Amino acid sequence: MELIDQHTKKIMEGCKERARDAGLKFQDETLEYIVTNRDLLELSPKIMIPTLYDYWVHDVEVLKEKGKYELYPGNPYETVINTRPAISFYNDNNPDWLNVMIFYHVLAHIDFFQNNLFYRHTWDYDFAGQALSDKRLIAKLRSEHGRWVDYVIEFSRGIDNLAGYYYELSRLNRKENAGWSNQIDFYFDVFIQKINKLSVHEYIKEIERYNECLKESGDLGEETFMAEIDSQHPEFKELFRKSLEEKPKSKQDLIQYLMEHSEFLNKEKNKWMNSVLQVVRNTSIFFQPQIRTKIMNEGWASYWHETLFLSDDRIGGHEVDFARLNAGVTSMPRVGLNPYALGMRLFYYIEEIADKGKLSFEFQKVANAEERKTFDRSTKNGRSFIFSVRENYSDFMFINKFLDQDFATRNRLFVAGRRLNRAKKVYEYYIKSRKLEDYRAMVLDSLYHPPQIEIDTEKMKDNSLYLTHTFENKPLVKEFISNTMVGIEYLWGSPVHLETHEVVAARSVPSQDLTLLGPTPTGDETAAPGIKWQKVLYSMKNRKLTRKIL
Amino acid sequence: MDPKLLKYFDRIKDRGFTPEREKRILKELHDNRTHDDPGGLQNITSASPSSIGFYGYNDLLMLQALSEPSSSYALRLKSLDELLERDKQREEDGFPRKIRVGRLIKPGKGGKDKIVVVPTTVEEKFLHDSIRETSEEESSSGGSGEGEEGEIIGEQPVHEQDGSGSGPGEGEGGPHEMESNAYDIGKILSEHFELPNLKDKGKKRFLSRYTYDMTDRNRGFGQFLDKKATLRQIVETNISLGNIPDPGNIDPTGFLISPRDKIYRILSREKDYESQAMVFFLRDYSGSMSGKPTQLVVAQHVLLYSWLLYQYDKRVESRFILHDTDATEVPDFYTYYNSKVAGGTKVFSAFRLLNEIVEKESLARDYNIYIFYGTDGDDWDTGGKEAVPELKKMLTYSNRAGITIVEHSYGSSGNTEVEKYVKKSGFLEKHPDLLRMDVMKSDADEPRLIEGIKKLIS
Repeated sequence: MELIDQHTKKIMEGCKERARDAGLKFQDETLEYIVTNRDLLELSPKIMIPTLYDYWVHDVEVLKEKGKYELYPGNPYETVINTRPAISFYNDNNPDWLNVMIFYHVLAHIDFFQNNLFYRHTWDYDFAGQALSDKRLIAKLRSEHGRWVDYVIEFSRGIDNLAGYYYELSRLNRKENAGWSNQIDFYFDVFIQKINKLSVHEYIKEIERYNECLKESGDLGEETFMAEIDSQHPEFKELFRKSLEEKPKSKQDLIQYLMEHSEFLNKEKNKWMNSVLQVVRNTSIFFQPQIRTKIMNEGWASYWHETLFLSDDRIGGHEVDFARLNAGVTSMPRVGLNPYALGMRLFYYIEEIADKGKLSFEFQKVANAEERKTFDRSTKNGRSFIFSVRENYSDFMFINKFLDQDFATRNRLFVAGRRLNRAKKVYEYYIKSRKLEDYRAMVLDSLYHPPQIEIDTEKMKDNSLYLTHTFENKPLVKEFISNTMVGIEYLWGSPVHLETHEVVAARSVPSQDLTLLGPTPTGDETAAPGIKWQKVLYSMKNRKLTRKIL
Repeated sequence: MDPKLLKYFDRIKDRGFTPEREKRILKELHDNRTHDDPGGLQNITSASPSSIGFYGYNDLLMLQALSEPSSSYALRLKSLDELLERDKQREEDGFPRKIRVGRLIKPGKGGKDKIVVVPTTVEEKFLHDSIRETSEEESSSGGSGEGEEGEIIGEQPVHEQDGSGSGPGEGEGGPHEMESNAYDIGKILSEHFELPNLKDKGKKRFLSRYTYDMTDRNRGFGQFLDKKATLRQIVETNISLGNIPDPGNIDPTGFLISPRDKIYRILSREKDYESQAMVFFLRDYSGSMSGKPTQLVVAQHVLLYSWLLYQYDKRVESRFILHDTDATEVPDFYTYYNSKVAGGTKVFSAFRLLNEIVEKESLARDYNIYIFYGTDGDDWDTGGKEAVPELKKMLTYSNRAGITIVEHSYGSSGNTEVEKYVKKSGFLEKHPDLLRMDVMKSDADEPRLIEGIKKLIS
């Protein structure tokens, strides 16, 4: 890997100026490296982080099943990585005009990394530096414990997608003191909800009363409010005092729970394993936002490389080259989901409706289609609005809120289905549905969404660990359960149970052998069987898996 | 349906079958597939557009048109060894194995076979699975453009992966293929294997390998004095000088020694001659071999074939025989590998053809003969009435015959027709160095195949 030459760096600096003028915000320093195929071989399994810890799986082709990209948060072929300074990678022989386009794309990514709140936890340190020290730590442990380090890495990577990314984020975004006292918190959050169990209606009345007190008495408002409570509930003060003595329980994800409660990990000779778990967990949490903002991030970068490139005075004469390449990147595929295309179009669309003032209650009330079309309040705040979207949204929210009927109609979106036509021996692609809700459901369904797996301390007996997979109408990938649980059992040191739901096929599927016999007359192929669920309990004991229907 | 087959079926029916077997035989009998060559290579098709999803797109490929990184096979050789070693260690440590060596042979016509090796592993996690409503025939993705609901907008041919193509552990759309010729896999395998019972036979062939030995003689100077030859020379010299009047009573003290009498040996390049071997690959390609059994058999034969190519370079000739109810010899590995399954099963047909070939060409005189046979263990010929005599004849000339049986998941273990009659024949005990049999389940993986090879040729 080598840095780009001075000439190219100068182009980059020119791009930075223009991007800043347009409103993008990013740190001054960036690093640009030229990569060869050989570099990529080393980088891609390490998710483009040159300093990531060594692990043997990185040396092996990892079997990626279709649609299982979610195994690897963070995209293996990203051009730019979220380090400080941000590092980006380039092909050796890009012409200048192409570099201009890619630089804008990269700068928009950097702007996104450094301003989108879902990346909040990555802002305060340089991950490349962190990764390097982790790498050295793991190398040191390896020299002491040999292959057992790799087992621990493997087993903790097996559960790293369950890491509590949102817990971490909320911890960071919580204000230390929101301007009211713990008393008030305790009163509203615990006392009247859990102890006195007021109805919603009464709860709201209490809030109103609190706001009234503040309005009337200003600084003394809280005291006025509390005085009322003391007279009504003499026990309140005592309860509040007790609550302060209790240790605040923070929610823990599985890795944290193991680190704290596993007897095996806390034996003197196994203490080192905890640091491995910590490294794996941090790495996973670092990459989480990348995968949760894929559409927005690529859309945002595409929006800006297009906008800024076309207004760049340095690339005259290359408009056609650009158009050709840009179309390849950002055209809506006839069949398929292209995050660049979808994200970019959504940003343009949001900007436009914000400009026309359509993001308002006033517009929502308009029922007449013609009026809706011509509605224009010329608020011209579209640009600033998309900047706030880039700051506050993730893919799920972005799609859920902005992908509406007008957008779907304009882009002629539909859900494409694929089915087997046995007679012709082809897969047919067909238009399955043009309904907005179907399209949105399909997009949301294809987003990264790891299972929610909680530790159920209530159900733990004789030192076994009890995990509950929250039911969301989705089963777990069966063939992965066994090995994942072998790992958890190893780290926990005692048997592990997992409660989950599985689909009971309502219709028996013909066995593999029969389907190979070519066209077999099947009965009713169109009737999808109704899905029936059953609760099952997997137990891993001494590396043997058993399954029980609950 | 073939009337000849029907007649044969009626004949063997009198011997009686279990209903289970009858069902299987009937299935093959009514099987109207043909053994056609799939035509062209079974390249894994790239993922269809709908399967990429959002996370399949990335900047380096989309914007900079970089090709996906791919590594040369040579780099992988070492790591593959290490990986397999590591996997063995896993088992010893009490964890399930993880590495799968997927490989793909791209048989070319005219001996230009290429093999792509992909060691792969999966990182298991708790993940959501999609609910497949009808065994993956239906899937949805996004789309845009014109058209009414229900309208068909495109078609994509289905590749029937049937009896050829990928072996176990082959990943989806392996973009990171490593190409090599069969030689490379062989290199990995050879550390563990050697052809057993290799005997000197027939006219030896020279090959381009040299051994260095102190074989050249040189008078006057050199690296290593050949005392015996030197003494002889001295005696000769002295005879011609008339220094030895009486051979019965020699006085060596009076010998004259010329400098040229000293004979030295010096290091020299020697051509090496090796015995010749011929390997016959036989496999059952009847209807019942559909799917896993065929995959495993051809996978194992790929490994064997690769190893032979490497270890014995071009000095091992390979011949290929396929059989259903009739056996036929095919010209190259390509056809052998790719022919599809169909028809009924008579194991002895293959054995008989093999014996005929060996006899007609009198191969036994000049060649070490090895035979590898793969089957799912089904045979219409109950009790091996016809097969066992042929097998017996085979053992008279072969250096080793190895039978691989891949049991179907249905049916009890150790109960296949072929296994029963081979065991009953007693050859396994009588000629343990000539005949080996390996029985595996249809869910065997790569390491298991390699274990099997060890068993067959140790």
